[in-house]
Amino acid sequence: MELKLESVALTLDGGHRAIQEVSLTLARGERLAIIGSSGAGKTSLLRLISTGLRPSLGALRIEGRDPWLLSRRSLRALRGRIGAIYQAPPLPPRQRVVTAVLAGRLGRWPLWKSYASLAYPADIPGARAALGRVDLAERLFDRCDRLSGGQLQRVGVARVFYQQPELILADEPVSALDPQLADRVVGELNRESTTRGVTLVASLHAVDLALRWFPRVVGLREGVVTFDLPPVRITDAMLTELYASESPMPPTQDNRPLELPSAHLAPVAGANQPLCR
Amino acid sequence: MPVALSPSRDPAAFPRLAFALAAILLLWPGLELTEFDPATLIDKRSREVMGKFLGTFFPPELSQDFLKLVFKSTLETLAIATAGTFLAIVLAFPLSLVVSRSLSISRIGPRTGHWIGDFIRLPARWLLIVLRSIPEIVWALLLVRAVGLGPAAGVFAIAISYSGMLGKVYFEIYEAGDTRPARALMGAGSGRLAAFSYGIFPMALPELVSYSVYRWECAVRASVVMGFVGAGGLGTQLELSMRMLNGGEVSTILLMFFLLVLLADGVSALLRRALA
Repeated sequence: MELKLESVALTLDGGHRAIQEVSLTLARGERLAIIGSSGAGKTSLLRLISTGLRPSLGALRIEGRDPWLLSRRSLRALRGRIGAIYQAPPLPPRQRVVTAVLAGRLGRWPLWKSYASLAYPADIPGARAALGRVDLAERLFDRCDRLSGGQLQRVGVARVFYQQPELILADEPVSALDPQLADRVVGELNRESTTRGVTLVASLHAVDLALRWFPRVVGLREGVVTFDLPPVRITDAMLTELYASESPMPPTQDNRPLELPSAHLAPVAGANQPLCR
Repeated sequence: MPVALSPSRDPAAFPRLAFALAAILLLWPGLELTEFDPATLIDKRSREVMGKFLGTFFPPELSQDFLKLVFKSTLETLAIATAGTFLAIVLAFPLSLVVSRSLSISRIGPRTGHWIGDFIRLPARWLLIVLRSIPEIVWALLLVRAVGLGPAAGVFAIAISYSGMLGKVYFEIYEAGDTRPARALMGAGSGRLAAFSYGIFPMALPELVSYSVYRWECAVRASVVMGFVGAGGLGTQLELSMRMLNGGEVSTILLMFFLLVLLADGVSALLRRALA
């Protein structure tokens, strides 16, 4: 799915301007990581793209069309093709994992099938396969409230795998996972993107994860894009500036020292200048 | 010494006295209005009448014919309560869905047509209020005239008034719960009903069941009372026995009634514990 943000701004209900002005273009199958300190507008930006929030200014175009001008029915169909992963997955505690994963396809199933699946899970192999990709296949028939925060986060990822959307929006999808597992899950998300041509936009807290897995990284600060570059062009100075308000060091997994891919390259003329557009 | 600084008398005494006096002043007109006079209870004539009636309570009437009759009436009472509550649930559930705002798609969608939702919600809300504002005993009196003496009137009376109460509480349960799961599902293209069933219902279920069972327990007691106005069951039997001043029969029925409430209480506690 291709999408385009044209000078989009968002003012939240309280009057806070979460997104000042953001312009982005993403092609089908492109993978983009958004980094920035907390409160920089990462979640707001993802919610704008997911059509959950309407831009206050500017325009969002998905496949060339403004979703807010679509009919109710087409908007619903469009939303069925967008998969969102939440930092705190919104899963009912009493629901079983299998049901929570199968719910990913409610947008495509007819109502009778949704109800039939409550009586007996409609696609146990499908749910098991999706959970297997995040190492949770054995928890298929457990209740969600028996799972830890990290396991719930992975159920949320499995649901989106089962949904098979054409655009995946992941809001800090691995914040509750240990580094190995986080790496594995982000890797699976990337594999989903490359094998099926899914456009992937993920906000990540750990800068090293973003630099390792994504060919394009956007720095967001106070609702403004400060850089939009491939990892090899990102410098220490850019990151320090990006996180200036939060900490002296850019956050990484386990607070390991950050190794920039650009450090291994010969210095490029002008690489220290932020290449804002 | 610090003791010298604290007052020698209880500083809370005056406010307490003032509150007590205010409470009495407020309650007194109520007692006056209801012509409440404890003296009538121990008045010689009342004592004689009550004493004579209470005296006939023992021994309870235990003849086989009468026990059979009481047993049949008990079953009838249980049937009225259960059928009435079941009908009430069937009526209340769709109404609660209509009234609930947490499923309003206009909250996350383009804001077209949200006034249509309000247009439907408002009358449904009023219907719920009307249904529950009239007590079941009044419905029973009306329905006894409409469908005749017998349990059917009791069933309908409970179904009507309880559907109003259940519907209101159901929708309050949905609203109080976490709506994020349902909204996330609608955000992924799911329809409203499916989002409700997958996102809200699983969390609301224990409370829904618990409240419905509690209502069933109330319905058992209410159906006894409604029997007095001819809506069948134990109440009708009780009314007949009381009118004939047959104390033995009255005490048997009261004992049965006691057992019935005990049973309803136990079943309800059991069901609620199973769900906790």
